[in-house]
Amino acid sequence: MIIKTNKDIPSSEITDPLVFKQRRQIIKAMMGSLVAGASGFSASSPLAETKTAWTNVPKANTTGESLITTSSEIVKNHTNYYEFTFNKTDATRLAQSLTTDPWSVEISGEVEKPAIYHLEDILSQQSLQEYIYRFRCVEAWSMVVPWIGFPLANLLKMAKPLSSAQFVQFTSVYDPKTMPNQHNNAMLEWPYVEGLRIDEAMHPLTILAAGMYGESMPKQNGAPLRLVVPWKYGFKSIKAIVKIELVKRAPMTTWNKYAPNDYGFYSNVNPDVPHPRWSQNSERQLGSGFFTPRRKTELFNGYGSQVASLYRDMDLRHFF
Amino acid sequence: MFLPSISLWLLITLACFLPLLGISVDIASNNLGADPIQALHIRLGDWSMRFLWLTLAITPLQTLTKWRKMADYRQMLGLIAFFYASLHVIVYVLVDQGLEWNLIAVDIIESPYIWLGVLAYIIVFSLAITSPKFAKKRLGKNWKKLHRLIYIAAIAVIIHYYWQLKGNMAEPLFYLILVFLLLGFRIAVSLKNRQFNKMMIPSTRKIRVTSVPKSLDIIQSGVTSKTILNELVIEEVDEQ
Repeated sequence: MIIKTNKDIPSSEITDPLVFKQRRQIIKAMMGSLVAGASGFSASSPLAETKTAWTNVPKANTTGESLITTSSEIVKNHTNYYEFTFNKTDATRLAQSLTTDPWSVEISGEVEKPAIYHLEDILSQQSLQEYIYRFRCVEAWSMVVPWIGFPLANLLKMAKPLSSAQFVQFTSVYDPKTMPNQHNNAMLEWPYVEGLRIDEAMHPLTILAAGMYGESMPKQNGAPLRLVVPWKYGFKSIKAIVKIELVKRAPMTTWNKYAPNDYGFYSNVNPDVPHPRWSQNSERQLGSGFFTPRRKTELFNGYGSQVASLYRDMDLRHFF
Repeated sequence: MFLPSISLWLLITLACFLPLLGISVDIASNNLGADPIQALHIRLGDWSMRFLWLTLAITPLQTLTKWRKMADYRQMLGLIAFFYASLHVIVYVLVDQGLEWNLIAVDIIESPYIWLGVLAYIIVFSLAITSPKFAKKRLGKNWKKLHRLIYIAAIAVIIHYYWQLKGNMAEPLFYLILVFLLLGFRIAVSLKNRQFNKMMIPSTRKIRVTSVPKSLDIIQSGVTSKTILNELVIEEVDEQ
Protein backbone atom coordinates (compact mmCIF):
# COMPACT_ATOMS: atom_id res chain seq x y z
CA MET A 1 0.00 0.00 0.00
CA ILE A 2 1.43 3.32 -1.06
CA ILE A 3 0.26 6.45 0.62
CA LYS A 4 0.58 9.30 -1.77
CA THR A 5 1.13 12.77 -0.51
CA ASN A 6 0.25 15.01 -3.38
CA LYS A 7 0.24 18.24 -1.44
CA ASP A 8 2.30 20.97 -3.01
CA ILE A 9 5.20 22.13 -0.92
CA PRO A 10 4.66 25.65 0.38
CA SER A 11 7.02 28.04 -1.36
CA SER A 12 8.68 28.80 1.95
CA GLU A 13 9.95 25.23 2.03
CA ILE A 14 11.33 25.07 -1.47
CA THR A 15 14.81 26.10 -0.62
CA ASP A 16 15.47 24.60 2.72
CA PRO A 17 18.53 26.21 4.31
CA LEU A 18 19.78 22.74 5.11
CA VAL A 19 19.64 21.74 1.46
CA PHE A 20 21.42 24.89 0.54
CA LYS A 21 24.18 24.06 2.98
CA GLN A 22 24.37 20.53 1.64
CA ARG A 23 24.72 21.77 -1.90
CA ARG A 24 27.63 23.91 -0.88
CA GLN A 25 29.20 20.93 0.84
CA ILE A 26 28.77 18.82 -2.24
CA ILE A 27 30.36 21.44 -4.45
CA LYS A 28 33.16 21.86 -1.97
CA ALA A 29 33.75 18.12 -1.87
CA MET A 30 33.81 17.95 -5.62
CA MET A 31 36.17 20.86 -5.96
CA GLY A 32 38.39 19.18 -3.39
CA SER A 33 38.52 15.99 -5.37
CA LEU A 34 39.29 17.91 -8.54
CA VAL A 35 42.23 19.57 -6.84
CA ALA A 36 43.38 16.23 -5.52
CA GLY A 37 43.19 14.79 -9.03
CA ALA A 38 45.13 17.71 -10.49
CA SER A 39 47.85 17.48 -7.90
CA GLY A 40 48.63 13.89 -8.77
CA PHE A 41 46.54 12.02 -6.23
CA SER A 42 44.40 9.63 -8.13
CA ALA A 43 40.76 10.35 -7.59
CA SER A 44 39.89 6.84 -6.54
CA SER A 45 36.45 7.64 -5.22
CA PRO A 46 35.94 11.36 -5.55
CA LEU A 47 32.30 11.32 -4.66
CA ALA A 48 32.90 9.34 -1.51
CA GLU A 49 33.61 12.58 0.33
CA THR A 50 30.08 13.73 -0.29
CA LYS A 51 28.64 10.76 1.56
CA THR A 52 28.18 12.54 4.84
CA ALA A 53 26.74 15.56 3.08
CA TRP A 54 23.86 13.51 1.74
CA THR A 55 22.61 11.87 4.86
CA ASN A 56 19.98 14.51 5.63
CA VAL A 57 18.53 15.03 2.20
CA PRO A 58 14.85 15.97 2.53
CA LYS A 59 12.25 13.58 1.25
CA ALA A 60 10.49 14.59 -1.94
CA ASN A 61 6.75 15.06 -1.66
CA THR A 62 6.23 12.54 -4.46
CA THR A 63 7.70 9.80 -2.32
CA GLY A 64 5.59 6.94 -1.02
CA GLU A 65 6.17 7.18 2.69
CA SER A 66 5.01 3.68 3.49
CA LEU A 67 7.44 1.87 1.19
CA ILE A 68 10.00 -0.18 3.06
CA THR A 69 13.36 0.24 1.37
CA THR A 70 15.23 -2.82 0.20
CA SER A 71 18.59 -3.45 1.86
CA SER A 72 21.30 -1.46 0.09
CA GLU A 73 23.50 -4.57 -0.13
CA ILE A 74 20.89 -6.16 -2.40
CA VAL A 75 20.46 -3.06 -4.56
CA LYS A 76 24.22 -2.67 -4.94
CA ASN A 77 24.77 -6.28 -5.96
CA HIS A 78 21.87 -6.95 -8.28
CA THR A 79 22.21 -4.80 -11.36
CA ASN A 80 21.67 -5.32 -15.04
CA TYR A 81 24.60 -3.45 -16.54
CA TYR A 82 24.98 -5.26 -19.85
CA GLU A 83 27.79 -2.99 -21.01
CA PHE A 84 29.97 -4.79 -18.45
CA THR A 85 28.43 -8.23 -18.06
CA PHE A 86 25.20 -10.19 -18.38
CA ASN A 87 25.65 -11.28 -14.77
CA LYS A 88 23.92 -9.18 -12.12
CA THR A 89 26.54 -9.83 -9.44
CA ASP A 90 29.72 -9.35 -11.46
CA ALA A 91 28.66 -5.86 -12.56
CA THR A 92 29.44 -4.63 -9.03
CA ARG A 93 33.13 -5.37 -9.49
CA LEU A 94 33.47 -4.70 -13.22
CA ALA A 95 31.76 -1.31 -13.19
CA GLN A 96 34.39 0.10 -10.84
CA SER A 97 36.72 0.59 -13.81
CA LEU A 98 34.45 3.26 -15.28
CA THR A 99 35.75 6.81 -14.92
CA THR A 100 32.90 8.98 -13.68
CA ASP A 101 34.89 12.07 -12.84
CA PRO A 102 35.13 14.39 -14.66
CA TRP A 103 31.71 13.96 -16.24
CA SER A 104 29.70 16.17 -18.53
CA VAL A 105 26.26 15.95 -19.99
CA GLU A 106 25.33 17.33 -23.38
CA ILE A 107 21.86 18.80 -23.82
CA SER A 108 20.98 19.44 -27.41
CA GLY A 109 18.41 19.11 -30.15
CA GLU A 110 15.19 21.07 -30.13
CA VAL A 111 16.25 23.52 -27.42
CA GLU A 112 16.96 27.22 -27.26
CA LYS A 113 20.12 26.80 -25.25
CA PRO A 114 22.05 23.68 -26.19
CA ALA A 115 24.99 23.20 -23.87
CA ILE A 116 27.49 20.83 -22.40
CA TYR A 117 27.28 20.95 -18.63
CA HIS A 118 29.79 19.72 -16.13
CA LEU A 119 28.02 17.42 -13.73
CA GLU A 120 28.99 19.54 -10.73
CA ASP A 121 27.38 22.56 -12.38
CA ILE A 122 24.15 20.64 -12.88
CA LEU A 123 24.10 19.37 -9.31
CA SER A 124 24.98 22.73 -7.81
CA GLN A 125 21.89 24.27 -9.35
CA GLN A 126 19.47 21.61 -8.15
CA SER A 127 18.05 20.98 -4.73
CA LEU A 128 18.61 17.32 -4.21
CA GLN A 129 15.86 15.34 -2.60
CA GLU A 130 15.28 11.75 -1.61
CA TYR A 131 12.78 9.84 -3.73
CA ILE A 132 11.72 6.46 -2.40
CA TYR A 133 10.47 4.55 -5.41
CA ARG A 134 9.57 1.00 -6.19
CA PHE A 135 11.80 -0.21 -9.02
CA ARG A 136 10.12 -2.93 -11.10
CA CYS A 137 12.28 -4.88 -13.55
CA VAL A 138 10.81 -6.39 -16.71
CA GLU A 139 12.23 -9.69 -15.40
CA ALA A 140 9.47 -9.66 -12.76
CA TRP A 141 11.41 -8.69 -9.65
CA SER A 142 11.22 -5.44 -7.73
CA MET A 143 12.96 -3.48 -5.03
CA VAL A 144 12.40 -0.21 -3.21
CA VAL A 145 15.24 2.27 -3.57
CA PRO A 146 15.76 5.64 -1.86
CA TRP A 147 17.22 7.60 -4.75
CA ILE A 148 18.81 11.01 -4.34
CA GLY A 149 18.16 13.28 -7.25
CA PHE A 150 16.09 16.03 -8.77
CA PRO A 151 13.27 16.27 -11.32
CA LEU A 152 14.46 15.86 -14.91
CA ALA A 153 12.11 18.70 -15.80
CA ASN A 154 14.35 21.14 -13.90
CA LEU A 155 17.31 20.32 -16.12
CA LEU A 156 15.28 20.35 -19.33
CA LYS A 157 13.89 23.78 -18.45
CA MET A 158 17.44 25.11 -18.17
CA ALA A 159 17.93 24.29 -21.85
CA LYS A 160 14.56 25.84 -22.80
CA PRO A 161 12.88 23.20 -24.99
CA LEU A 162 11.29 24.43 -28.22
CA SER A 163 7.68 23.59 -28.98
CA SER A 164 8.96 21.16 -31.61
CA ALA A 165 10.48 18.98 -28.88
CA GLN A 166 8.13 16.02 -28.63
CA PHE A 167 10.43 13.36 -27.24
CA VAL A 168 13.60 13.12 -25.18
CA GLN A 169 16.41 10.79 -26.16
CA PHE A 170 19.00 9.71 -23.59
CA THR A 171 22.37 8.19 -24.41
CA SER A 172 24.63 6.26 -22.04
CA VAL A 173 28.37 6.48 -21.98
CA TYR A 174 30.26 4.69 -24.77
CA ASP A 175 33.54 3.46 -23.35
CA PRO A 176 34.52 0.17 -25.02
CA LYS A 177 37.91 0.25 -23.27
CA THR A 178 36.31 -0.37 -19.90
CA MET A 179 33.03 -1.94 -21.01
CA PRO A 180 33.73 -5.46 -22.33
CA ASN A 181 30.37 -5.99 -24.03
CA GLN A 182 30.69 -2.72 -25.91
CA HIS A 183 34.18 -3.78 -26.95
CA ASN A 184 32.85 -7.13 -28.20
CA ASN A 185 29.74 -5.65 -29.77
CA ALA A 186 27.84 -8.17 -27.67
CA MET A 187 24.10 -8.58 -27.97
CA LEU A 188 22.74 -5.03 -27.96
CA GLU A 189 23.61 -2.06 -30.08
CA TRP A 190 25.88 0.28 -28.12
CA PRO A 191 25.76 2.87 -26.71
CA TYR A 192 22.54 2.25 -24.81
CA VAL A 193 19.75 4.63 -25.83
CA GLU A 194 16.46 5.30 -24.10
CA GLY A 195 13.62 7.70 -24.67
CA LEU A 196 10.56 9.33 -23.17
CA ARG A 197 7.71 11.36 -24.52
CA ILE A 198 8.14 15.01 -23.52
CA ASP A 199 5.22 14.95 -21.06
CA GLU A 200 6.65 11.81 -19.43
CA ALA A 201 10.04 13.49 -19.20
CA MET A 202 8.56 16.65 -17.64
CA HIS A 203 6.50 14.68 -15.11
CA PRO A 204 7.49 15.43 -11.49
CA LEU A 205 8.00 11.72 -10.73
CA THR A 206 10.70 11.47 -13.41
CA ILE A 207 14.05 12.19 -11.83
CA LEU A 208 17.74 12.20 -12.55
CA ALA A 209 19.47 10.45 -9.67
CA ALA A 210 23.03 11.10 -8.52
CA GLY A 211 22.90 8.98 -5.41
CA MET A 212 21.04 6.47 -3.30
CA TYR A 213 20.88 5.46 0.35
CA GLY A 214 22.33 8.82 1.37
CA GLU A 215 25.49 8.22 -0.66
CA SER A 216 26.74 9.07 -4.09
CA MET A 217 25.58 6.65 -6.78
CA PRO A 218 27.59 3.41 -6.88
CA LYS A 219 29.10 2.88 -10.32
CA GLN A 220 27.21 -0.36 -10.92
CA ASN A 221 23.94 1.44 -10.22
CA GLY A 222 24.54 4.03 -12.92
CA ALA A 223 26.95 6.64 -11.58
CA PRO A 224 27.33 9.48 -11.87
CA LEU A 225 23.89 10.35 -13.23
CA ARG A 226 21.01 8.08 -14.17
CA LEU A 227 17.37 8.38 -15.04
CA VAL A 228 14.64 6.96 -12.78
CA VAL A 229 11.11 6.63 -14.17
CA PRO A 230 9.29 4.73 -11.43
CA TRP A 231 6.16 3.71 -13.38
CA LYS A 232 8.12 2.08 -16.20
CA TYR A 233 10.15 -1.13 -16.32
CA GLY A 234 13.68 -0.68 -15.01
CA PHE A 235 15.44 -0.80 -18.37
CA LYS A 236 13.88 2.57 -19.25
CA SER A 237 15.87 4.12 -16.38
CA ILE A 238 19.10 4.53 -18.31
CA LYS A 239 22.45 4.65 -16.48
CA ALA A 240 25.54 6.86 -16.84
CA ILE A 241 23.92 9.49 -19.04
CA VAL A 242 26.18 11.56 -21.30
CA LYS A 243 23.66 13.03 -23.71
CA ILE A 244 20.08 14.28 -23.51
CA GLU A 245 18.56 15.29 -26.83
CA LEU A 246 15.15 16.80 -27.34
CA VAL A 247 13.80 15.44 -30.59
CA LYS A 248 10.78 15.66 -32.85
CA ARG A 249 10.15 11.96 -33.27
CA ALA A 250 10.14 8.95 -30.96
CA PRO A 251 13.74 7.77 -30.66
CA MET A 252 14.68 4.18 -31.48
CA THR A 253 15.53 2.77 -28.07
CA THR A 254 17.98 -0.07 -27.44
CA TRP A 255 15.74 -2.90 -26.21
CA ASN A 256 12.92 -1.90 -28.50
CA LYS A 257 15.29 -2.18 -31.44
CA TYR A 258 16.68 -5.51 -30.23
CA ALA A 259 13.27 -7.15 -29.77
CA PRO A 260 10.37 -4.88 -30.79
CA ASN A 261 7.70 -7.44 -29.89
CA ASP A 262 9.13 -8.00 -26.42
CA TYR A 263 10.02 -4.50 -25.28
CA GLY A 264 7.85 -1.58 -26.31
CA PHE A 265 8.77 2.09 -26.39
CA TYR A 266 6.48 2.91 -23.46
CA SER A 267 7.21 -0.15 -21.30
CA ASN A 268 4.87 1.05 -18.58
CA VAL A 269 4.56 -1.44 -15.76
CA ASN A 270 1.31 -3.24 -16.52
CA PRO A 271 0.24 -6.56 -14.99
CA ASP A 272 -2.36 -7.05 -17.74
CA VAL A 273 0.11 -6.95 -20.61
CA PRO A 274 2.36 -9.99 -20.35
CA HIS A 275 5.75 -10.15 -22.00
CA PRO A 276 5.37 -12.56 -24.96
CA ARG A 277 7.21 -15.25 -23.04
CA TRP A 278 6.38 -14.54 -19.39
CA SER A 279 3.71 -13.07 -17.15
CA GLN A 280 3.98 -9.61 -15.62
CA ASN A 281 1.13 -10.27 -13.21
CA SER A 282 3.30 -10.62 -10.12
CA GLU A 283 6.80 -9.79 -8.96
CA ARG A 284 9.33 -11.21 -6.54
CA GLN A 285 10.26 -8.56 -4.03
CA LEU A 286 13.99 -8.76 -3.45
CA GLY A 287 14.80 -9.20 0.20
CA SER A 288 11.60 -11.09 0.96
CA GLY A 289 12.07 -14.46 2.61
CA PHE A 290 11.55 -17.97 1.32
CA PHE A 291 7.91 -19.09 1.16
CA THR A 292 6.70 -15.47 0.91
CA PRO A 293 4.19 -15.11 -1.92
CA ARG A 294 5.06 -12.72 -4.72
CA ARG A 295 3.59 -9.25 -4.82
CA LYS A 296 0.74 -8.59 -7.24
CA THR A 297 2.12 -6.07 -9.74
CA GLU A 298 0.21 -2.80 -9.91
CA LEU A 299 -0.66 -0.86 -13.05
CA PHE A 300 1.95 1.87 -13.54
CA ASN A 301 3.83 0.25 -10.66
CA GLY A 302 1.41 1.84 -8.20
CA TYR A 303 1.90 5.39 -9.52
CA GLY A 304 -1.32 5.34 -11.53
CA SER A 305 -2.97 8.19 -9.65
CA GLN A 306 -0.13 10.46 -10.76
CA VAL A 307 0.59 9.21 -14.28
CA ALA A 308 -2.47 7.43 -15.69
CA SER A 309 -3.73 10.69 -17.20
CA LEU A 310 -0.68 10.74 -19.50
CA TYR A 311 -2.12 7.73 -21.30
CA ARG A 312 -5.82 8.53 -21.04
CA ASP A 313 -6.92 7.73 -24.59
CA MET A 314 -4.30 5.14 -25.37
CA ASP A 315 -4.75 1.40 -25.80
CA LEU A 316 -2.08 0.17 -23.40
CA ARG A 317 -2.03 -3.25 -25.07
CA HIS A 318 -1.07 -1.68 -28.35
CA PHE A 319 1.27 0.95 -26.90
CA PHE A 320 2.94 -1.47 -24.50
CA MET B 1 41.59 -48.84 -8.71
CA PHE B 2 39.23 -51.74 -9.26
CA LEU B 3 35.85 -51.56 -7.68
CA PRO B 4 33.10 -54.06 -8.13
CA SER B 5 30.67 -52.53 -10.62
CA ILE B 6 27.90 -52.28 -8.03
CA SER B 7 30.12 -50.07 -5.85
CA LEU B 8 31.04 -47.91 -8.81
CA TRP B 9 27.36 -47.51 -9.57
CA LEU B 10 26.68 -46.55 -5.94
CA LEU B 11 29.58 -44.10 -5.93
CA ILE B 12 28.39 -42.35 -9.08
CA THR B 13 24.82 -42.28 -7.77
CA LEU B 14 25.96 -40.61 -4.56
CA ALA B 15 28.04 -38.13 -6.59
CA CYS B 16 24.84 -37.05 -8.32
CA PHE B 17 23.67 -35.60 -5.03
CA LEU B 18 26.75 -33.38 -4.63
CA PRO B 19 25.09 -30.45 -6.46
CA LEU B 20 22.23 -30.65 -3.95
CA LEU B 21 24.77 -30.60 -1.13
CA GLY B 22 26.43 -27.53 -2.67
CA ILE B 23 23.10 -25.75 -2.97
CA SER B 24 22.19 -26.67 0.62
CA VAL B 25 25.50 -25.28 1.89
CA ASP B 26 24.84 -22.04 -0.03
CA ILE B 27 21.36 -21.77 1.48
CA ALA B 28 22.71 -22.38 4.98
CA SER B 29 25.50 -19.85 4.58
CA ASN B 30 23.23 -17.30 2.87
CA ASN B 31 25.42 -17.37 -0.21
CA LEU B 32 22.80 -17.31 -2.95
CA GLY B 33 23.17 -13.63 -3.87
CA ALA B 34 20.68 -10.78 -3.94
CA ASP B 35 17.84 -12.89 -5.33
CA PRO B 36 18.27 -16.17 -3.44
CA ILE B 37 14.87 -17.56 -4.41
CA GLN B 38 15.56 -17.23 -8.11
CA ALA B 39 19.12 -18.48 -7.66
CA LEU B 40 17.84 -21.61 -5.91
CA HIS B 41 15.13 -22.17 -8.50
CA ILE B 42 17.51 -21.72 -11.43
CA ARG B 43 20.29 -23.86 -9.98
CA LEU B 44 17.92 -26.78 -9.47
CA GLY B 45 16.56 -26.34 -12.99
CA ASP B 46 20.08 -26.21 -14.41
CA TRP B 47 21.05 -29.45 -12.68
CA SER B 48 17.89 -31.16 -13.84
CA MET B 49 18.76 -30.20 -17.41
CA ARG B 50 22.38 -31.32 -17.04
CA PHE B 51 21.30 -34.74 -15.77
CA LEU B 52 18.77 -35.04 -18.56
CA TRP B 53 21.54 -34.36 -21.07
CA LEU B 54 23.74 -36.97 -19.34
CA THR B 55 20.87 -39.46 -19.55
CA LEU B 56 20.61 -38.80 -23.27
CA ALA B 57 24.37 -39.19 -23.63
CA ILE B 58 24.37 -42.81 -22.41
CA THR B 59 23.02 -44.43 -25.56
CA PRO B 60 25.46 -42.68 -27.93
CA LEU B 61 28.33 -43.52 -25.58
CA GLN B 62 27.21 -47.13 -25.46
CA THR B 63 27.04 -47.29 -29.23
CA LEU B 64 30.45 -45.72 -29.65
CA THR B 65 32.25 -47.63 -26.89
CA LYS B 66 30.25 -50.87 -27.14
CA TRP B 67 30.20 -50.92 -23.34
CA ARG B 68 26.92 -52.65 -22.50
CA LYS B 69 26.91 -51.96 -18.75
CA MET B 70 25.95 -48.36 -19.27
CA ALA B 71 22.22 -49.04 -19.48
CA ASP B 72 22.13 -49.23 -15.66
CA TYR B 73 23.40 -45.69 -15.53
CA ARG B 74 20.81 -44.46 -17.99
CA GLN B 75 17.96 -45.33 -15.66
CA MET B 76 19.74 -43.91 -12.61
CA LEU B 77 20.64 -40.62 -14.33
CA GLY B 78 17.11 -40.25 -15.65
CA LEU B 79 15.76 -40.63 -12.13
CA ILE B 80 18.26 -38.06 -10.83
CA ALA B 81 17.11 -35.63 -13.54
CA PHE B 82 13.54 -36.26 -12.38
CA PHE B 83 14.61 -35.68 -8.77
CA TYR B 84 16.13 -32.25 -9.53
CA ALA B 85 13.17 -31.35 -11.77
CA SER B 86 10.82 -32.16 -8.88
CA LEU B 87 12.79 -29.93 -6.51
CA HIS B 88 12.75 -27.21 -9.21
CA VAL B 89 8.93 -27.45 -9.37
CA ILE B 90 8.52 -27.61 -5.57
CA VAL B 91 10.73 -24.54 -5.10
CA TYR B 92 8.68 -22.64 -7.69
CA VAL B 93 5.34 -23.46 -6.09
CA LEU B 94 6.34 -23.34 -2.45
CA VAL B 95 9.44 -21.19 -1.96
CA ASP B 96 8.94 -18.67 -4.78
CA GLN B 97 5.14 -18.41 -4.92
CA GLY B 98 4.34 -19.35 -1.32
CA LEU B 99 1.47 -21.58 -2.50
CA GLU B 100 -0.51 -18.55 -3.64
CA TRP B 101 -2.49 -20.57 -6.19
CA ASN B 102 -4.22 -17.62 -7.88
CA LEU B 103 -0.89 -15.97 -8.65
CA ILE B 104 0.60 -19.31 -9.68
CA ALA B 105 -2.27 -20.01 -12.09
CA VAL B 106 -2.00 -16.62 -13.80
CA ASP B 107 1.78 -16.91 -13.93
CA ILE B 108 1.60 -20.28 -15.67
CA ILE B 109 -1.21 -19.28 -18.05
CA GLU B 110 0.56 -16.10 -19.14
CA SER B 111 4.08 -17.52 -19.41
CA PRO B 112 4.66 -19.66 -22.52
CA TYR B 113 8.11 -20.62 -21.24
CA ILE B 114 6.46 -22.26 -18.22
CA TRP B 115 4.10 -24.26 -20.47
CA LEU B 116 7.13 -26.03 -21.89
CA GLY B 117 8.50 -26.58 -18.41
CA VAL B 118 5.19 -28.15 -17.40
CA LEU B 119 5.18 -30.35 -20.52
CA ALA B 120 8.74 -31.50 -19.84
CA TYR B 121 7.92 -32.26 -16.21
CA ILE B 122 4.80 -34.27 -17.08
CA ILE B 123 6.91 -36.37 -19.46
CA VAL B 124 9.78 -36.86 -17.04
CA PHE B 125 7.29 -37.71 -14.31
CA SER B 126 5.62 -40.40 -16.45
CA LEU B 127 8.98 -41.85 -17.37
CA ALA B 128 10.07 -41.94 -13.75
CA ILE B 129 6.99 -43.80 -12.51
CA THR B 130 7.26 -46.32 -15.36
CA SER B 131 10.95 -46.78 -14.76
CA PRO B 132 10.84 -49.88 -12.46
CA LYS B 133 11.26 -53.32 -14.04
CA PHE B 134 7.71 -54.47 -13.29
CA ALA B 135 6.29 -51.42 -15.05
CA LYS B 136 8.49 -52.13 -18.01
CA LYS B 137 7.23 -55.72 -18.16
CA ARG B 138 3.64 -54.67 -17.86
CA LEU B 139 3.84 -52.03 -20.55
CA GLY B 140 5.57 -54.39 -22.96
CA LYS B 141 6.09 -52.82 -26.37
CA ASN B 142 4.47 -49.56 -25.25
CA TRP B 143 7.25 -48.96 -22.76
CA LYS B 144 9.73 -48.12 -25.47
CA LYS B 145 7.20 -45.88 -27.23
CA LEU B 146 6.49 -44.04 -23.99
CA HIS B 147 10.14 -43.62 -23.12
CA ARG B 148 10.90 -42.16 -26.53
CA LEU B 149 9.01 -39.08 -25.23
CA ILE B 150 12.28 -38.14 -23.55
CA TYR B 151 13.24 -36.53 -26.86
CA ILE B 152 10.14 -34.31 -26.70
CA ALA B 153 11.02 -33.50 -23.08
CA ALA B 154 14.56 -32.50 -24.11
CA ILE B 155 13.26 -30.15 -26.80
CA ALA B 156 10.72 -28.66 -24.36
CA VAL B 157 13.46 -28.19 -21.76
CA ILE B 158 15.82 -26.30 -24.04
CA ILE B 159 13.02 -23.99 -25.22
CA HIS B 160 11.88 -23.54 -21.60
CA TYR B 161 15.45 -22.55 -20.77
CA TYR B 162 15.83 -20.15 -23.69
CA TRP B 163 12.47 -18.43 -23.39
CA GLN B 164 13.07 -17.17 -19.88
CA LEU B 165 16.24 -15.37 -20.97
CA LYS B 166 16.28 -11.76 -22.11
CA GLY B 167 18.85 -12.53 -24.77
CA ASN B 168 21.44 -14.99 -26.01
CA MET B 169 24.43 -15.88 -23.92
CA ALA B 170 27.30 -18.33 -24.04
CA GLU B 171 26.20 -20.90 -21.46
CA PRO B 172 22.73 -21.48 -22.92
CA LEU B 173 24.36 -21.92 -26.32
CA PHE B 174 26.51 -24.72 -24.89
CA TYR B 175 23.43 -26.63 -23.71
CA LEU B 176 21.69 -26.01 -27.01
CA ILE B 177 24.61 -27.41 -29.01
CA LEU B 178 24.82 -30.37 -26.67
CA VAL B 179 21.19 -31.31 -27.11
CA PHE B 180 21.49 -30.88 -30.88
CA LEU B 181 24.38 -33.35 -30.86
CA LEU B 182 22.54 -35.82 -28.63
CA LEU B 183 19.32 -35.75 -30.63
CA GLY B 184 21.23 -35.54 -33.91
CA PHE B 185 22.97 -38.81 -33.02
CA ARG B 186 19.58 -40.55 -32.80
CA ILE B 187 18.48 -39.13 -36.11
CA ALA B 188 21.71 -40.26 -37.75
CA VAL B 189 21.36 -43.76 -36.31
CA SER B 190 17.75 -44.11 -37.35
CA LEU B 191 18.53 -42.88 -40.87
CA LYS B 192 21.34 -45.38 -41.10
CA ASN B 193 19.11 -48.20 -39.86
CA ARG B 194 16.46 -47.25 -42.35
CA GLN B 195 18.95 -47.48 -45.21
CA PHE B 196 20.19 -50.81 -43.93
CA ASN B 197 16.65 -52.15 -43.71
CA LYS B 198 15.90 -51.04 -47.23
CA MET B 199 18.60 -53.39 -48.50
CA MET B 200 16.85 -56.30 -46.79
CA ILE B 201 13.13 -55.70 -47.20
CA PRO B 202 11.74 -52.33 -48.06
CA SER B 203 10.78 -51.46 -44.55
CA THR B 204 8.28 -48.88 -45.62
CA ARG B 205 6.18 -51.60 -47.26
CA LYS B 206 4.33 -54.43 -45.65
CA ILE B 207 4.09 -57.91 -46.98
CA ARG B 208 1.11 -60.22 -46.92
CA VAL B 209 1.56 -63.95 -46.74
CA THR B 210 -1.32 -66.05 -47.98
CA SER B 211 -1.68 -69.70 -48.56
CA VAL B 212 -3.28 -70.67 -51.86
CA PRO B 213 -4.58 -74.20 -52.34
CA LYS B 214 -3.26 -75.72 -55.52
CA SER B 215 -4.10 -79.03 -57.14
CA LEU B 216 -1.23 -81.07 -58.43
CA ASP B 217 -1.09 -84.16 -60.56
CA ILE B 218 1.00 -86.82 -58.99
CA ILE B 219 2.20 -89.70 -61.05
CA GLN B 220 2.95 -92.65 -58.91
CA SER B 221 3.66 -96.10 -60.24
CA GLY B 222 2.23 -95.08 -63.60
CA VAL B 223 -1.04 -93.94 -62.07
CA THR B 224 -1.92 -90.27 -62.21
CA SER B 225 -3.83 -88.96 -59.22
CA LYS B 226 -4.74 -85.49 -57.97
CA THR B 227 -3.63 -84.02 -54.70
CA ILE B 228 -4.17 -80.62 -53.00
CA LEU B 229 -1.20 -78.59 -51.79
CA ASN B 230 -1.14 -75.28 -49.97
CA GLU B 231 1.26 -72.85 -51.54
CA LEU B 232 2.53 -69.77 -49.70
CA VAL B 233 2.30 -66.55 -51.67
CA ILE B 234 4.30 -63.51 -50.51
CA GLU B 235 3.11 -60.23 -51.89
CA GLU B 236 3.81 -56.56 -51.10
CA VAL B 237 1.01 -54.56 -49.64
CA ASP B 238 0.81 -50.91 -50.58
CA GLU B 239 -0.15 -49.12 -47.40
CA GLN B 240 -0.45 -45.63 -48.79
